[in-house]
Amino acid sequence: MKKVDIAKKILSENDKHAFENVMFLGQHKKLCLNMISSPGSGKTTILTRTITDLKSKIRVGVIEGDIQTDIDAERISRTKAPVIQINTNGACHLSAVQVSAALKKLPVQDLDLIIIENVGNLVCPSDFDLGEHGKIVVLSAAEGDDKPIKYPGIFAKAKALLINKIDLLEGGLLDFDIERATTDARRLNKDIKIFSVSARNGEGMNAWYDWLAESIKAL
Amino acid sequence: MHEAGIAQSLLAIISEEAARQNARPISAKISCGTLSGVNDEALRFAAEAIAKDTPCEGIKLEIEHKPLQAQCRDCNITFDVELSQPRCSACGGENFKLLPDAGLILEEVEFQTD
Repeated sequence: MKKVDIAKKILSENDKHAFENVMFLGQHKKLCLNMISSPGSGKTTILTRTITDLKSKIRVGVIEGDIQTDIDAERISRTKAPVIQINTNGACHLSAVQVSAALKKLPVQDLDLIIIENVGNLVCPSDFDLGEHGKIVVLSAAEGDDKPIKYPGIFAKAKALLINKIDLLEGGLLDFDIERATTDARRLNKDIKIFSVSARNGEGMNAWYDWLAESIKAL
Repeated sequence: MHEAGIAQSLLAIISEEAARQNARPISAKISCGTLSGVNDEALRFAAEAIAKDTPCEGIKLEIEHKPLQAQCRDCNITFDVELSQPRCSACGGENFKLLPDAGLILEEVEFQTD
C-alpha cells in the first residue's frame, strides 16, 4: 500500500472553467448573476418582469438552465431579450463549462447584464461556481419561512435574496413569517440584500431594479 | 443529487493520479465543508456507479465533514457554527462573521503496491 497526498479541490476542473468565465466577463466588463431557487419559486417570472420593466435602461441577456424543455427560454424570448437555453439532461445544476459555451453565443457586447437562471434546486447549484459576480437566491412565500435554516449553503453564499409571491401573504392564506426568513438569512449572511417582491403584480420590484443598476455601475 | 457531479470530478482526479502512479487506487480520503451539503450515502452510491468497469472500481471513500466556523465580532473567539441555532458559543450573541467554508477536497489516495 502506498499513500499519496493530493490536497486538491474536487471541483477544480469546474473552477478552471469558472475562472475562464470570470476573465471573459471581466474583459467585456459585464455583470453576471447566477439565480438559484427551488422549482416554481418564480425565477422566470421575475426575469420576464425585470427585462420588460427595465427595457429602456438595462439590456439583459439570459442563460436558461433546465433539465429538459425550452419552455423558459421561450418565455424569455417573448420579451425580445437574447436567451440561450442549456438542457442538462438530468443533471441538477449548471456547470461552468456549459455557461462558458453559452456566454460565447450571447451578443455580450450589446448587453448590460447577464442573468443565469440555474436549474430549479436549492442545494446542488450552490456548490458549482459559474464565474458569476454573485448568486441571487429566490424564495417564494409558499415554500415556507424555514428554508434559510434548512438550506443554509445558498443563503450563506448569496449576494441577494428575493422573497417572491408576497401578494399571497394578504388574506392570511400562508403562514410565511417574513421576519423569521429574513432574520435567519441575515444570521447566515450579514451582508445579504433582501427584497420582498411580487413578480406577478410588481410590488417591491423597484428596490431590486435599483440594486441591479447600482451593481452594474459599481462594476 | 449533485453528488453525481462531485463523484465524476473526484474519480477523474483519482484516475489521473492512478495513471501517474501506475497503481490501482484502493481508497480515498475526502473532506467536505458544511455548506457543500454532501450526503455520504449519495456520494458513495454515485462513485460506485461511475467507477464500475474502470480502474477505480471498488474504491473505498473515507468522508470527513468539517464544521463551518465563525468568528464572534464581540468576544473575538472562533467557534463551530450550529446551523440550526447560529450563535456564538461563548457569549451567545449573533454578531459574528462566517469564515470561509472548507470546501470539497480530495486529501489523499491509497494505492495498491505489489
